[in-house]
Amino acid sequence: MHLPYPGAIDCDIHPAVPGSQVLLPYLDNYWRDTMTMVMKGMSRLELNSYPPNAPLSSRPDWRPREGKAGSDLPRLRAQALDHFGLRYAICNCLYGALAVYNPDLGAALCRAINDWMAKEWLDREPRLRASIVISLMDPETAAEEIERLAPDRRFVQVLVLAMGEMPLGRRNYWPIYKAAERHALPIGIHAGSMMCHAPTQSGYPSYLAEDYVTQAQAFATQTISFVAEGVFAKFPDLRVVLIESGVSWLPGLMWRVSKDWRGVRTEVPWIKKIPADIIRDHFRLTIQPLDAPPNSEELNRLLDHIGSDEMLLFATDYPHWQFEGDEVLPAGLPENLLQKILVDNPLATYPRLKEVLQ
Amino acid sequence: MTTDPAPALAKTRVNHRGVVDCDIHPMPATPTEMAEFLPARWAKHVASYGARVAQPFLGMVPYPRMTAGNGSRLDAFPPGGGLPGSNLPFMREQLLDPLGIEYGILQPLSIGSHTFDQGLGAALCAASNDWQLEKWVKPEPRLKASLCVPQDDPDAAVAEIERHAGNPAFVHVAIPPRATEPLGRRRYWPVYQAAVEHDLPIALHSAAYGPGANSGSGWMSYYIEEHYAFAHSLQSVVTSMVMEGVFDRFPSLKVICVEGGFAWVPALAWRLDKAWHRMRDELPHVKRPPSEYMREHFWYTTQPMEEPEHPRHLLDVIEWIGADRLLFSTDYPHWDFDDPRQAFKVRLSDEMDQAIFRDNAKTLYRLS
Repeated sequence: MHLPYPGAIDCDIHPAVPGSQVLLPYLDNYWRDTMTMVMKGMSRLELNSYPPNAPLSSRPDWRPREGKAGSDLPRLRAQALDHFGLRYAICNCLYGALAVYNPDLGAALCRAINDWMAKEWLDREPRLRASIVISLMDPETAAEEIERLAPDRRFVQVLVLAMGEMPLGRRNYWPIYKAAERHALPIGIHAGSMMCHAPTQSGYPSYLAEDYVTQAQAFATQTISFVAEGVFAKFPDLRVVLIESGVSWLPGLMWRVSKDWRGVRTEVPWIKKIPADIIRDHFRLTIQPLDAPPNSEELNRLLDHIGSDEMLLFATDYPHWQFEGDEVLPAGLPENLLQKILVDNPLATYPRLKEVLQ
Repeated sequence: MTTDPAPALAKTRVNHRGVVDCDIHPMPATPTEMAEFLPARWAKHVASYGARVAQPFLGMVPYPRMTAGNGSRLDAFPPGGGLPGSNLPFMREQLLDPLGIEYGILQPLSIGSHTFDQGLGAALCAASNDWQLEKWVKPEPRLKASLCVPQDDPDAAVAEIERHAGNPAFVHVAIPPRATEPLGRRRYWPVYQAAVEHDLPIALHSAAYGPGANSGSGWMSYYIEEHYAFAHSLQSVVTSMVMEGVFDRFPSLKVICVEGGFAWVPALAWRLDKAWHRMRDELPHVKRPPSEYMREHFWYTTQPMEEPEHPRHLLDVIEWIGADRLLFSTDYPHWDFDDPRQAFKVRLSDEMDQAIFRDNAKTLYRLS
């Protein structure tokens, strides 16, 4: 499937922080002094999960001759917004601020990124929307950051990494969900790890390729955690978007958790519905990568297993290297599903996209 | 979401041609039964210090399993007392005879694979192996044993394999999918070398213990989460063994994933292929797409059977994996036991039925 498609909404693009120096104007004196004088070694907070020069992190033809892929607005405009004819694109800034262990530094850097995002990207390009990045190390402060930015309607989501210190359903994180639900902001979970724990139950794998494959486990973990901990019983209007998660692991998870729930539901009495239905109501997934079977007939069987046409959201994952050329969507998707994935589902997931801006 | 109005239930398998059950859990009848198979030094150690593994409690799993007997079928407690799975006559009466189990593979889940004290671990694995022979396999020839080894002490593991090599009572080498390092790492290759030399597959049964948290975000809260995470531990084994090049080094190695279900297998294969294709220059030692190694080297036991809302979806999954890779298992005597007469909610073809319930296991394990 080739774009443009009228009104297509890209739910995952990655403007990049070129280095911590661009954030200095957005830090207060204490943190500016700390970053410039004390933390010189932290001038580049690149996530271990996405080494900037790895093939995963940028398509070769999207990589600039100098600097980081995604760090330049004119290129992003030409290569993503114009090229695919996007109506909107949601910026998910993957900088190390998301993974800083010091809760004060993490919060300060996330605040700076959000302000930098508003000024350097959203103010300059009306097709862009953004996720509020927060530090998970201090949920109360994270909730305050959501409150601070919620009046800016160009922020449409709250962004966290797929692997942190605790499973995301835990009550410790509920202040974040309370604020997000109040402002109709979905929680976006993006691939990546704070490396608080090994990504596998048997330690750290040797290769980035393994690490990336294992991200799918992290998304499955978080899906089950949100359901098992009863987050949606407490916050019935909360939505969760799994971003760059892969998709094909989902049906097997729904089958198994629903079956287990029939056997052990006394353990989690707040779950009143079949877990598969809770998941279909509350979770959305971006479509790059899909990790789909190789041909369209099999792909359509997989979509049938998911059992909902409302869960998938279009994404290019620009500038990450998920597809070649213009093959951003797999062949053989039925036309009515295309309209849902490209336009209707994103609008339903991110209600703020429907607002007409000044 | 609606479900199929009348699930196409498999016909009751009354005229079946026998079943090989690839996952039966034998238990000691008393806490001291296993100690009789331990050297006095280690029996005394256990009595004083316990068998300490990476979890908060001694001799108890960390997540309450929501049913008595550590997650057992309530009807599996032997009438004469003792834990479910601890009494051979009752196991015959409840499982082997009525369900036509031609062969049953014992999965004793030796704690010796997990203990902090590696000397104790080796002794516990050896005790489990001797106990299986004496208590189960000698009196009941339908049962076959797992050769339990302490994988994180590869020298001791190889020695234990050598001790029993050639004894047809043991059908595979058993190690848990949760170990100190990803199981494809070279640290474990001596174990695979010994397994290949003695023509024994490696069986990885889901484990309640492990040195690391059960998710990349730390410990889950509930058993319903832990139970799903078992499948993740197996996915990590498949990923690590393929990406470390284990099968280029040991082309005849066979690996069985036990008690992790199987619906996750196709998605993992598609994802692995994509990552391998994208990052091939990181993995020059992996010569072929990961899905090809999976197709040739891995088998999966069926329990806990995934139950799609539309039972026919299971046939897609079986087609994607290959019906020749699935091995029927009951998980007796645990609560989520799969009865061979009802486990599949969709009708299998006769060929598929015979392969999954019996012939795949007979071929893999060379059972006559």
